[in-house]
Amino acid sequence: MIELLNINKKYDDKDVLKNINLSLPKGKIISLIGANGAGKSTLLSIISRLTTSEGEIIIDDKNIDNYHITELSKKISILRQSNYLNIKLTVRELISFGRYPHSKSRLNEKDNKIIDESISYMNLDYLKNKYIDELSGGEKQRALIAMILAQDSDYIFLDEPLNNLDMKHSVSIMKLLRKIVKEKSKTVILVVHDINFASCYSDYIVALKNTGVLYAGDAEKIITKEKLKNIFDMDFEIEDIDGNKICIYYT
Amino acid sequence: MLKKQHKILIILFILTIISCLLFLFWGITRNNYGYNIPRRINKIIAFIITGSAIGYSTIVFQTVTHNRILTPSIIGLDSIYMFVQTLIVFFLGTGSLVMVSGSINFLVSLVFMLGFSVIVFYIVFNGKKDKLFVTMLAGVVFGSLFGSFSTFMQVVIDPNDFLIVQDKMFASFNNVNVSILKITMLILFLSLVYGYKNCDKLDIMALGRDISLNLGIAYDSVIRKFMILICIMTAVSTALVGPITFLGILTANISRQILKTYKHSIMITGAILLSIISIAFGQFIVERILTFRTTINVIINFIGGIYFIYLLIKEGRL
Ligand SMILES: Nc1ncnc2c1ncn2[C@@H]1O[C@H](COP(=O)(O)OP(=O)(O)O)[C@@H](O)[C@H]1O
Ligand SMILES: [Mg+2]
Repeated sequence: MIELLNINKKYDDKDVLKNINLSLPKGKIISLIGANGAGKSTLLSIISRLTTSEGEIIIDDKNIDNYHITELSKKISILRQSNYLNIKLTVRELISFGRYPHSKSRLNEKDNKIIDESISYMNLDYLKNKYIDELSGGEKQRALIAMILAQDSDYIFLDEPLNNLDMKHSVSIMKLLRKIVKEKSKTVILVVHDINFASCYSDYIVALKNTGVLYAGDAEKIITKEKLKNIFDMDFEIEDIDGNKICIYYT
Repeated sequence: MLKKQHKILIILFILTIISCLLFLFWGITRNNYGYNIPRRINKIIAFIITGSAIGYSTIVFQTVTHNRILTPSIIGLDSIYMFVQTLIVFFLGTGSLVMVSGSINFLVSLVFMLGFSVIVFYIVFNGKKDKLFVTMLAGVVFGSLFGSFSTFMQVVIDPNDFLIVQDKMFASFNNVNVSILKITMLILFLSLVYGYKNCDKLDIMALGRDISLNLGIAYDSVIRKFMILICIMTAVSTALVGPITFLGILTANISRQILKTYKHSIMITGAILLSIISIAFGQFIVERILTFRTTINVIINFIGGIYFIYLLIKEGRL
């Protein structure tokens, strides 16, 4: 479980996150939703120690500051929204970096097995020897997700992982995340903009608004007309299709 | 894949040996070898020290700054070196033993250059995010400040003294300081051992701060360590032969271009070998073909300048 205690974050003099107290349950898919600029990316980078903040972060009963950086990188991994990938590196080489926390650059058989597994999870077999600077946006995104999967950490943070992805790959990635949460008891925390992915695939939802947590709870309790209206300031219709709550908001 | 890069490295290694042997044995006769060979061997050692320092520090500097047209000379160590040289002549005159006795000069230059880097990297950089460019800017500013001090003193001193100082402004292998060769070798060797051991971190750091931190590399403090290492190498090679970092832009980029790899251990080895080849071959031309009518500095700057313009045009188009 990850607990956040009194997290405050300012950029210059502007409050971005104020007095956040939140616990993120283990073994679930957790969606982070909210309008642009609500502070979702900032929250993710604070929990993964990419950005400093006031307050305490406790991961599995241990304060984040007490983790050694290598130990932490086996505990949590994060994929940020935008990445600099302008070097001569093949897809497979990029993905093998995911094993760095475990084996540094001396990869053993087990590492190679995990790397190949991540490659096929992301359907990258046909691209694995291509250079990353020659990939499309969506292909790059999938390669990065595969790297994060190879890292094999207990908690996986993904900031808008479905960016640049077509519908087919979006669905298959969400299904895969479900699968690793179930089979490998990982915890996945992701930012999604398509509310229906949050509704259909997540167990738990955290909604941010006005520098704070507006709601946090099981997905079916958050996906209601009233709450969505409060989160996004717009009207939603919610239909039940095959047991999934589908939100309609185009009209 | 890897095989091809290893082949290139082997070819470069052979070329390095050839250029050094060419330098060593050209024009040697039975009568002069007793005099020439030991001197030339000392020069070759200086080529290797300088080439290694340039090759390593330029590649690493370019990776941590994510910029292919920078060299460590931007930190301003050259200016500090010149400042120290001018200062010595200014206060003690050319006749001063200090200028002549290389070890003390070397030590003083080294202390000043390293002191300067420590101040810049510990006080300005302070291991903070996004501070690297501010730090380099500080280097540029302090560099030109000390440059102006030097110019001021050079204008004031006796013209004969000035000639001595002027000599120090350009890299030269003509009078390699034998007394400091051993200590520079040792410092450089230790730096390289440490540097190569930490090479694989650079492979990941090329992907930026976020990915590095995610994979358990303490990005900011590792950068600071690399910067200090770069400064040590640059300082040592500058104190040995004078300012020559411009060569790095040439060899680092050619190495990246022909080796086409993300692996820094390979890229750096390529850059080091290319640097040694250029220096040995350049010095060969200067000494044996042009019989000292020009300096290696002129050759390096001429070729380096053309290549630099080519790089600017190419990068500008991207
Ligand atoms: N590096 C930064 N410097 C200053 N302000 C920032 C920085 N990063 C984010 N912000 C501000 O913080 C707020 C939250 O940003 P972010 O966490 O990226 O939002 P979200 O991911 O929810 O769209 C925004 O108002 C944004 O302008
Ligand atoms: Mg964001």
